[in-house]
Amino acid sequence: MRPTYSIMSGHIAPARSYVLIFALLMVFTAITVAVAFTNLGAFNFPVAISIAIVKATLVILFFMHVKYSSHLTKLIIGSGVFFLLVMFSLTMTDYLSRGWQTRRATEASGIRHQGSGLSQGSGGGHR
Amino acid sequence: MSNGIAARADLHEHVHHPALQHQFSSMEQQQETATLGMWVFLVTEIMFFGGLFMAYLVYRVWYPEAWAEGSVELDVVLGGLNTVVLIGSSLTMALAVRSAQVGAPRATVGWLGITMALGATFLVVKGFEYAHKFQAHHVPGPDFVFEGPHAKQVEIFLSLYFAMTGLHALHMVIGIGLLSVITWMAHRRRFTPEWYSPVEMSGLYWHFVDIVWIFLFPLLYLVDRAHHFV
Repeated sequence: MRPTYSIMSGHIAPARSYVLIFALLMVFTAITVAVAFTNLGAFNFPVAISIAIVKATLVILFFMHVKYSSHLTKLIIGSGVFFLLVMFSLTMTDYLSRGWQTRRATEASGIRHQGSGLSQGSGGGHR
Repeated sequence: MSNGIAARADLHEHVHHPALQHQFSSMEQQQETATLGMWVFLVTEIMFFGGLFMAYLVYRVWYPEAWAEGSVELDVVLGGLNTVVLIGSSLTMALAVRSAQVGAPRATVGWLGITMALGATFLVVKGFEYAHKFQAHHVPGPDFVFEGPHAKQVEIFLSLYFAMTGLHALHMVIGIGLLSVITWMAHRRRFTPEWYSPVEMSGLYWHFVDIVWIFLFPLLYLVDRAHHFV
């Protein structure tokens, strides 16, 4: 008698689709290295991060099968990424804006600010 | 545990798969629960590494020159090679999961073996990089020596380099340990197209570690390289 249990309904992708994703990841790796040796001024960092995000998204969607996962799983992953961005953005609003406060106070009082190293802001850092 | 389930199975009206635990109503639900649980764990891992990325970001904004000076000390060729090796291991891991899905245990064992070999290759290359750092006295601590105007700040960069790549390498070691158990299970024909959750879950872990490196490579090896040579 054949058992009547239901089978796992995992998505089975063709092997060549995985090879295609791998090839895409290699192309993006080559691009990110090439871009690193090209001076794009302030854009080097955002471009490198964007390429890394695209690569990570390819791995998550296809290698990790999230494209075919349940809505609940997608929600959990999305919430994880969301709170990571909350941590980055709230922390950076603090650190990136410290210089502004110092500059305004310096201009208003006409004396050089003697504060802690933390308040030197984003310019060149402390030396 | 499986004996208990097997004994209990005949009490039910229909036969269950031996791998179906009694708290789940179907294999499908059991699989979805495993996937969800694994992702909850991976979300904690995202926050775990996230703290280090946060520290990286703050210090990078403070010391951009030191970040450029420290970054050019790292070997782009070895870092790039490791990126190719690790993404390649993600491909073979995905193919191992696929082999388990279609019920090809030999192929599963083979792909898992290649995945572990690529993981070990990554660690060996990393080992050479670390050894070179020790020889050059570029390891943060009392023996740290760095020629340049921002030596102290470069030391912070290298501290983060060792913390982030070290934690990542630790995850690789754990991953290889995990995969060796899964390979043994696959060799013993423990997986079927109906039940291969351990392969799939260790695959999720392996891909996650790959993703961490996808961010570490540009942030550590490639940062501000173009500006440094202007």
